[in-house]
Amino acid sequence: MTLDANNPNCAAFQVRLPDLAGSGEKIAADPHLQSCEHCRALLADLVKIAEAARQLYPVAEPPDRLWEQIESAIRNEKDGSDRR
Amino acid sequence: MPVSPGTPFPRAVLQNPMEVEALARAQAGDHQAFAQLYSLYKRRIYSLCLRMLGKLAEAEDLTQEVFLQLHRRIASFRGDSAFSTWLHRMAVNIVLMHLRKKGLAVISLDQALEPEAEERAGRSFGAPDLSLSGAIDRLALARAVDGLPAGYRLIFVLHDVEGYEHNEIAAMLDCSDGNSKSQLHKARLKLREALRTNSRQEARR
Repeated sequence: MTLDANNPNCAAFQVRLPDLAGSGEKIAADPHLQSCEHCRALLADLVKIAEAARQLYPVAEPPDRLWEQIESAIRNEKDGSDRR
Repeated sequence: MPVSPGTPFPRAVLQNPMEVEALARAQAGDHQAFAQLYSLYKRRIYSLCLRMLGKLAEAEDLTQEVFLQLHRRIASFRGDSAFSTWLHRMAVNIVLMHLRKKGLAVISLDQALEPEAEERAGRSFGAPDLSLSGAIDRLALARAVDGLPAGYRLIFVLHDVEGYEHNEIAAMLDCSDGNSKSQLHKARLKLREALRTNSRQEARR
């Protein structure tokens, strides 16, 4: 399957796509998609990427030393303001 | 709203009584209570920094900066929003300031209005196509996100990972909704290209 970069309908659809994707409207109902396999495949991939992104990053644990550094920085700030 | 089950900061956080008490005591200057807040939020803030920056050392530095700022400003929290939302936004702003200081073009209106040549409509779709088949390999996607330019990565993480809406991102980045949508779209296109390239390389092996 190849996408036709010169197809003005595809180009026009792809220009509108960021807005369509961010509008919450049902993009699948767009008339161009009914007849264009290329743009349907593109859209399916982008949706798949957005969905995969939600599972992408586990919650990470900072190193234990970080709290010691924060406490130390807080103490330094306090000492500095006490001296003033 | 695209908030995943694992998204660390669900918008409507119901604060538990222990957290409310720790917050009140920390606002009054109780160091132990501040330590308790750190324990409650350290993973969320560190994970956020890591996602936005992609580098462990920077994420640690920025997590430290966020909690230092929190220590300085906690007394000013008035409860207009959930504490977690307030802290999350503070963290995002600190990371954004850091990126700007580093001279990274977090967002470029010009770029959005005048796409780079490689990104002109249709151009990147002209090559022989290979749709992403099956489930997306998480490692490949993570690598692709790491390879995004900083500005694209930022928008992608804020919207698709953290669940911010375009109007919220626009307010944070001082750009238009349209710019946020456009940058996100370009980020996803770049990821698609990276994943397709990866698939082709895997197929050749």
